[in-house]
Amino acid sequence: MSRHGIELEVNGERYGREVEARRLLVHFIRDDLDLTGTHVGCDTGNCGACTVLLDGKAVKSCMLLAVQANGARITTVEGLAQDGEQTPLQRAFSEHHALQCGYCTPGMLLSATYLLDRNPSPSEEEIRRAIQGNICRCTGYVNIVKAIAAAAEGAR
Amino acid sequence: MLLREVDYARPKSLEEAVQLLSVRDNARPLAGGQSLINVMKVRVASPDLVVDLAGIPELREIRVTGGALEIGAMVTYAELIDSEEARAARPILAEAVQTIADVQVRNRGTVGGNVCSNDPTNHLPPLAVALGATMTIRSSEGERTVTADEFFEGVFLTAAAPGEVLTRLSVPSRQLGEGDAFASLTVGKDGTGIVNVAASVRLNGQIEQARVAIGCVGATPVRATRLEQALAGANGDEGEVRAAAKGLGDALDPPSDVHASADYRRHLAEVLAVRATLQAIERATA
Repeated sequence: MSRHGIELEVNGERYGREVEARRLLVHFIRDDLDLTGTHVGCDTGNCGACTVLLDGKAVKSCMLLAVQANGARITTVEGLAQDGEQTPLQRAFSEHHALQCGYCTPGMLLSATYLLDRNPSPSEEEIRRAIQGNICRCTGYVNIVKAIAAAAEGAR
Repeated sequence: MLLREVDYARPKSLEEAVQLLSVRDNARPLAGGQSLINVMKVRVASPDLVVDLAGIPELREIRVTGGALEIGAMVTYAELIDSEEARAARPILAEAVQTIADVQVRNRGTVGGNVCSNDPTNHLPPLAVALGATMTIRSSEGERTVTADEFFEGVFLTAAAPGEVLTRLSVPSRQLGEGDAFASLTVGKDGTGIVNVAASVRLNGQIEQARVAIGCVGATPVRATRLEQALAGANGDEGEVRAAAKGLGDALDPPSDVHASADYRRHLAEVLAVRATLQAIERATA
């Protein structure tokens, strides 16, 4: 079994670690870096709770080896707020009651961040498609869609 | 979940990748990992070495050359969707991969991974067959090209054998008078296919050629040869297409599972073949 030295940037901070090849990125983030905002939901690539941005793109970190992310720039939910100031999207989630149990929220926020980075004025259909890979088991989708729309609206 | 112990290599060239894959027993190429990592979790695949192809630039290229669209095996669905060149050359490809799973999977999953895993429910195998694509495979002995009809050999099995790497897919650029369509019934929106049908039609006054391939009904995409033959020389109006597709399902031996019985899949194959063919004809006319 091979071990690999990896270097990557997470939420603006540089990390160098040695990992076993079999280590999933999500476990590296949670257990090695202690950034437990990224959740493990289904561990089968369906639920999207483990979504992070990898070089700016939304990916599911349970379907990636940590070693594959060597050299990459990663954003987790902890990296959204700057200097304690929440992003407009995070505020909109709070204001529109877009979370119930909160388990899916980190993944939802990152998928929505990725959407708004690429498309600042999404239609409702586009918002729904953008969170297709994120399951909310409380089924609170209506308010999640409202919050994303409100954040987009507020940014205009 | 903890994966079984595995070695990892990230070669910088195809030569090195093929070398690693042919020297080590039980080595597997790793493309986007959207299937392989999951099947490794449940030990359905237990490679001793994964060879990550992400560091090989030539596998990421999209080019249009000599009437063909060449798509590197490591091009992701998202890159294919965003490629103006690819959309201009063969629009059905972006249209079909746009319905694969979700945003995150499309950001990682690759064209090469989709055809090489050859899960019977995958989108690209029937589409590659209907479009008359060819696959270029690299081994330590050199390069060879096979047609999509020959490439798919069985469930999870293709002509890209152990020790080999699929380097690119080549799809003829769409010509005037040609139209393609992809029709499917899925488990939920953009979910796993229950039956997929890809159709490609060339018109010249009448139908000059029709290629129709059905997915999810066998180990490999099934060509609807009787339908194709019946359509050659036809005008392509709805009645003709329906008559030509009649009984198409009887020749199939699809699986039964929790999503659909074999009989329902036979029925769907006929319905979706009609739907895809009519849309392809309409697009060929436009």
